[in-house]
Amino acid sequence: MPSTRTSAQETAIAAVDLRKTYPGGRGRPPVPALDGLSFAVPAGTVFALLGPNGAGKSTTARILTTLSRADAGTAHVAGIDVARDPERVRRTIGYVAQKPVTDPLDTGRENLVLAGRLQGLGARTARTRAAELLDRFALADAADRLVRTYSGGMARKLDVAMGIVHSPRVLFLDEPTTGLDPEARAGMWAEIERMTAVESMTVLLTTHYLDEADRLAANVAIVDRGRVVVAGTPDALKDELRGDGIVVELAAPAPAAGSAGPPGELVPDAGPALADRVTDAVRACSGVREVHLRGRTLRARAESGAAALPAVLAALDAAGVPVASATLARPSLDDVYLRRTGRTFAAAQSDAPGSSAGDDTEATAAGVAA
Amino acid sequence: MTAVVHTGLLTARALRQGARIPVFLVMNLVQPMIWLLLFGQLFRSVVEIPGFSAAGSYLEFITPGVVMMTAMFGAAWAGTAFVQDMDRGVMDRFLTSPTSRGALVASTMVYQAVVAVGQALVVLAVAWLCGARFGSTPAETALGVLALLLAVVLLTALFSALSNATALLTGQQEALIGISQLVTLPLMFLSSAVMDTRLSADWVADVARYNPFDWAVVAGREALAASPDWGVVWGRLGLLALAALVVGRLATLAFRTRQRSA
Repeated sequence: MPSTRTSAQETAIAAVDLRKTYPGGRGRPPVPALDGLSFAVPAGTVFALLGPNGAGKSTTARILTTLSRADAGTAHVAGIDVARDPERVRRTIGYVAQKPVTDPLDTGRENLVLAGRLQGLGARTARTRAAELLDRFALADAADRLVRTYSGGMARKLDVAMGIVHSPRVLFLDEPTTGLDPEARAGMWAEIERMTAVESMTVLLTTHYLDEADRLAANVAIVDRGRVVVAGTPDALKDELRGDGIVVELAAPAPAAGSAGPPGELVPDAGPALADRVTDAVRACSGVREVHLRGRTLRARAESGAAALPAVLAALDAAGVPVASATLARPSLDDVYLRRTGRTFAAAQSDAPGSSAGDDTEATAAGVAA
Repeated sequence: MTAVVHTGLLTARALRQGARIPVFLVMNLVQPMIWLLLFGQLFRSVVEIPGFSAAGSYLEFITPGVVMMTAMFGAAWAGTAFVQDMDRGVMDRFLTSPTSRGALVASTMVYQAVVAVGQALVVLAVAWLCGARFGSTPAETALGVLALLLAVVLLTALFSALSNATALLTGQQEALIGISQLVTLPLMFLSSAVMDTRLSADWVADVARYNPFDWAVVAGREALAASPDWGVVWGRLGLLALAALVVGRLATLAFRTRQRSA
């Protein structure tokens, strides 16, 4: 397939119509895990597969890393067909599984050196690289302690370091922060951001944290029941919800200072004329719609809040209305998920028992009703 | 070449970790001594039964049997390391890297063989201290011990491979318990390890002829005899080597089956 080869420079990972069904076992029906899943990851970017447990994210990661085989469909990593040439794929990738990938009875340094040597680094190179990574992940002090004495956050950082010991072109991070406390998660995010900048590699991240995908990934594919329901940049996905919320608090007009009414009342001394003038002025700004004024709070939606806000402020200024504060409320990926799948993320999450690789995609109608 | 380097690296990891649990080391050395002294005392007078073929003491008779029992029982648990690696993401990490599959299997064999050879030497030393004597000249004794150790290595390789294949295909520690209870224990009794099969039911002797564990016992015992029949020794060692190669290959293929079902 020459077309895939030529596009390999730009596309680091290409999955086309992947299908996989797990046998049900003991009289139960087979469990579909992937149902025609497709996506493409541009080289050198971070791509997130976002979805609840059982959506098929881990199954996808396992197929792309040669641990599992798809029933149908094709997948290329760095231009290499994962089904036809798994050995070459393995020399190209790093994989950090959901479960810890380190050996608890070895020290951090021993773990890294062994991983490097198994990847083909020489003894000295492996030791140098291990020391460098221990430094970079702030594990130097714990380098010669057994991993079983590490905290959850430290062990996970070591897991990620294990995945990049050989500077792979493509790194798979399967739920890197699941089970970490918020502080450790924030630390891990910072590490991943720094790492992707330094190593300039392609990263496929699976996560069921919306904020994680939002923060780390250039592109997101929302996965539900074994398919990609929507893909794009986090911002584009959110813009698709017809924009940001703009909230402007108007300052009290000078003569009426102190006599401000509670929210829900119109500006008491402004009169309907002023209110109309304000809303008309804001409506006239391009890209702004759904303008409402209640009390001194003006709400509107815009395709891109950041782009529209200066115009809104200028319009208010021109109308002679002073502004106390202005805020933008970005729609979250949660909103996107709700709109695309008809159920909230939290409901989908609680539908899926267990967190093992794609073992359940039987979402119930209860999620839709939620 | 890569496979050899990887086997070395992974064996070093197993030895390093084994050494970090000193209790293991002590248990591994105490257990064979218990077998030797327990069986030696329990069945001490069976050599006096008419028809018992051994020329020397019962202790001399069972020493190779206990050496092989220790090796087989230990190797039957070799898959535990795989199960632990699979419970964590360690196995997945190996399998997504260029780590040689053959080296993963071979390293557990080498590790088990190192442990089993150490145990064999302890058993021989204890037996010697209790009065057992092997071979007729020091050179013969040395040669006999080397042949016995070779049998230990091959037997260990065979049962490590079996244990590894089971671990890979089931992923369950329980399956390994099954192997040690349903396979190795009967094999031990269907052999000449603690009893001359000429005194057992005929069918036991027949089964023993096809029992790889008995091949190792016979090879070891013959090698330590006053005037060994080397044809018997090498014949049994050859059979053992063949069996170990076949099962070792099957264990490596189990990785592929695992991928298909994963």
